Amino acid sequence: MRDTLELTLNGESQTLEPPLSVAGLLGRLGIESRKVAVERNLEIVPRSLYAETWLATGDQLEIVHFIGGG
Amino acid sequence: MIDFSEEEIERYSRHILLKEVGGTGQAKLRAASVLVVGAGGLGSPLLLYLAGAGVGRIGIIDDDRVELSNLQRQIAHRTEMVGKAKALSAAAAAGALNPGVVIEPHVERLDAGNALELIGRYDIICDGSDNFATRFLLSDACFLTCRTLISAAVLRFEGQLSVFKPHADKEAPCYRCLYPEPPPPELVPNCSEAGVLGAVTGVMGTLQATEVLKEILGIGESLSGRLLIWDALATRMRVVRLRRDSACRLCGPMGEIHDLAAHVRRKAPLRVA
Repeated sequence: MRDTLELTLNGESQTLEPPLSVAGLLGRLGIESRKVAVERNLEIVPRSLYAETWLATGDQLEIVHFIGGG
Repeated sequence: MIDFSEEEIERYSRHILLKEVGGTGQAKLRAASVLVVGAGGLGSPLLLYLAGAGVGRIGIIDDDRVELSNLQRQIAHRTEMVGKAKALSAAAAAGALNPGVVIEPHVERLDAGNALELIGRYDIICDGSDNFATRFLLSDACFLTCRTLISAAVLRFEGQLSVFKPHADKEAPCYRCLYPEPPPPELVPNCSEAGVLGAVTGVMGTLQATEVLKEILGIGESLSGRLLIWDALATRMRVVRLRRDSACRLCGPMGEIHDLAAHVRRKAPLRVA
């Protein structure tokens, strides 16, 4: 059992303490979930699943900003 | 045989040369109708490329007037059009590029009262609007009318693009599967607050036009179920998978949005842009 979570966040390596969900990660980063989408391993995580999507070592995460300009 | 005039054959010769388009594809473009929402940074190249491509009927809706600060990116307008209605200015530019297509300007704001009727008059709807109220209204109205929504957005040096057609495929997501609700207004700025590099809107509007043409022609791989994200500063473009959210309030099995009632504006609307 690993006691650290090593993942890539916005292209940078991060070591975090497990267990950590997508919701937990946003909380830890201080990011309001209503203004982002979260991409995990090249797939957008549905916002309804943030609390139950557990991060694993090796995950590639990107925070996608919610933009609406034209 | 498809009845193209000699002038049309010459005008569209570079399309007709493409085996994926040809005369049959060019006829599909001529038979198609597209609504462009917003005659701004995205709408400018989008409208011009659709008109140039010979899309037979194109609507353009915008209730704003051309301002000097628009011209850094909204290239369908000319300096002498400052103060004129954007929908008319953009329609004039598109009509000058290709007098052979019908351009329908709508000088009004898309709202809960006119959205379903207006959208119902076109095959494909393009979101190039500058505010979240319009984006969510369009999302819901396109779902309710079973219209394909091709949605692009920009801010600063970043662009996003996707195709939403949940009516066409039970696996295909809608806009609310990506962004369930509008963000709180104070959390996400718009272009007039945060700025945008003009050329970024040009690239995104042109990518949007390309996806519209692909959808009409039925060629290549649809962007439905995928989100394109472009970071111009990093020169990094990536395409990520976007699945339907089974908890989606719009297209999910427990969907609770059945009309545009939530979009009815209050007496003093808060303008985002």
